[in-house]
Amino acid sequence: MDKVQIGEFIRSLDSDLDIKEGKQFTEVIIPPSKLHSLASLLKEKEETSFDFLVCITGVDYGNELGVIYHLRSTKYGHTVVLKSRTADREKPVFDSVTDIWKGADLHEREAFDLLGIKFANHPDLRRLFLNSSWGFPLRKDYIDEDIITW
Amino acid sequence: MEEKVKEISTEEKQEFTINVGPQHPSTHGVMRLVVSLKGEVVQKVEPHIGYIHRGIEKMCESLTYPQIIHLTDRMDYLAAHINNEAVCLAVEKALEIDIPDRVKVIRTIMSELTRIQSHELFWASYGMDLGGQTCYFYGLRDREMVLDIFEETTGGRMLVSYNYPGGVMYDLHPNFQKRVKEFLKHFRKVLPEYDSILTGNVIFHQRTMGIGPLSLEDAIGYGVTGPSGRASGYSCDVRKHEPYSAYDRVKFNEVIYNEGDAYHRYLARMEEMRESMNIIDQLIDNIPEGPYAVKMKPVIKLPEGEYFQRVETPRGELGVFIISDGNKTPYRIKFRTPNFGNLSVFSHLVKGFKIADLISIFGSLDFVIPDIDR
Repeated sequence: MDKVQIGEFIRSLDSDLDIKEGKQFTEVIIPPSKLHSLASLLKEKEETSFDFLVCITGVDYGNELGVIYHLRSTKYGHTVVLKSRTADREKPVFDSVTDIWKGADLHEREAFDLLGIKFANHPDLRRLFLNSSWGFPLRKDYIDEDIITW
Repeated sequence: MEEKVKEISTEEKQEFTINVGPQHPSTHGVMRLVVSLKGEVVQKVEPHIGYIHRGIEKMCESLTYPQIIHLTDRMDYLAAHINNEAVCLAVEKALEIDIPDRVKVIRTIMSELTRIQSHELFWASYGMDLGGQTCYFYGLRDREMVLDIFEETTGGRMLVSYNYPGGVMYDLHPNFQKRVKEFLKHFRKVLPEYDSILTGNVIFHQRTMGIGPLSLEDAIGYGVTGPSGRASGYSCDVRKHEPYSAYDRVKFNEVIYNEGDAYHRYLARMEEMRESMNIIDQLIDNIPEGPYAVKMKPVIKLPEGEYFQRVETPRGELGVFIISDGNKTPYRIKFRTPNFGNLSVFSHLVKGFKIADLISIFGSLDFVIPDIDR
């Protein structure tokens, strides 16, 4: 399927979603509550079969925190981008997709480590690179106390 | 006497935990594996990473795009040129620049040389991990020739930093073609030697055949790419599926096996070296004339938007995802590194195998730790 067809197919699954045809990929903007159900549908449906999770990117948009999922189908070779945002900076929570793609485990732990985004139902959500006393460095309001300025 | 036997057998039933690393020679870098053992059999492995986390993604947020290129060298240091290329291609895609043919061909030849030297080091260190010291010396000896070619043209041996958005930093050295041909001639002669030392070795077969089998379903589910994924039958070569640079004008085979064990992961890499030589053969005599770079503005600013570019490194798929807000520095840059994806399958693979097989499986996935940590 090309960009437009993927967009139309997803619209047929859920007509409320905001779907854009970006320059490269179809982009779906989705509220956190619908994320898990759409993700598993996209994997299971024969027409899309997005069985390969390329990466999960956590982003700090200033007021909001977001996650971006790049999904690819190994059968058809097409790609879709799912984007979700939450305004809650204190307790940002998204549903974990580890039960859909096993490889999501480390990607989610990385997003938790660097941005403090929590993933509900993740089997083992711990810091990945840094120790637990560290802040969340990829947040835009992160201040490194030990930074040397000159 | 009977009681004593009983004691030993209960002890054997106990699970105990050992640490492999962070400075264990077989981890090829600083990574700690917490291994739970029952007797000699691995029950659970938990990789602890982050010992060389430098926060490259964070640093990139305050650097301009030409500066970022030098940081990407330090991710997968054995594929420095290909990492550079990924960032350059993403920037060129965002700015919609057409780059000259000469650049495309130069980049492709350099990428394939990078792949050969990386797989050579894989062969060398994998042999050493499994007890063949000779491999290490042979592998490094021949790899030296590629590094010399890099040094002559780029000034760097491992961290070449040769790419630049819009082209390459300098033109090829006049000796380049001659030396590459010399290397290919030499390497075609020594590659059968590699095979007779390791590929056909009975002890090597016993250490690798049937060890750590990875099914196609798991390879896709865990996000395993590169030769490790292709050894399980997952056709994932970016050079074939989404050709970049000059890969659309060369003929080569995607190496695919279906067995998925450590031995076939090794074989896939050996075959890839031959394919890489074929690619260079097709290009080395027809490097087009022309400029080696297009003139860029002194300050490179990407238009607002999101850009994703993927390339095939020796270890798998490297994705560069740039979110730009229109400034000269990226708002957020994400590197989807191949080793990070490949690591997630490791604990699944070693379950139920002996502790000695852990080293064999770890080596067969060809990890470069700085690429995981970033």
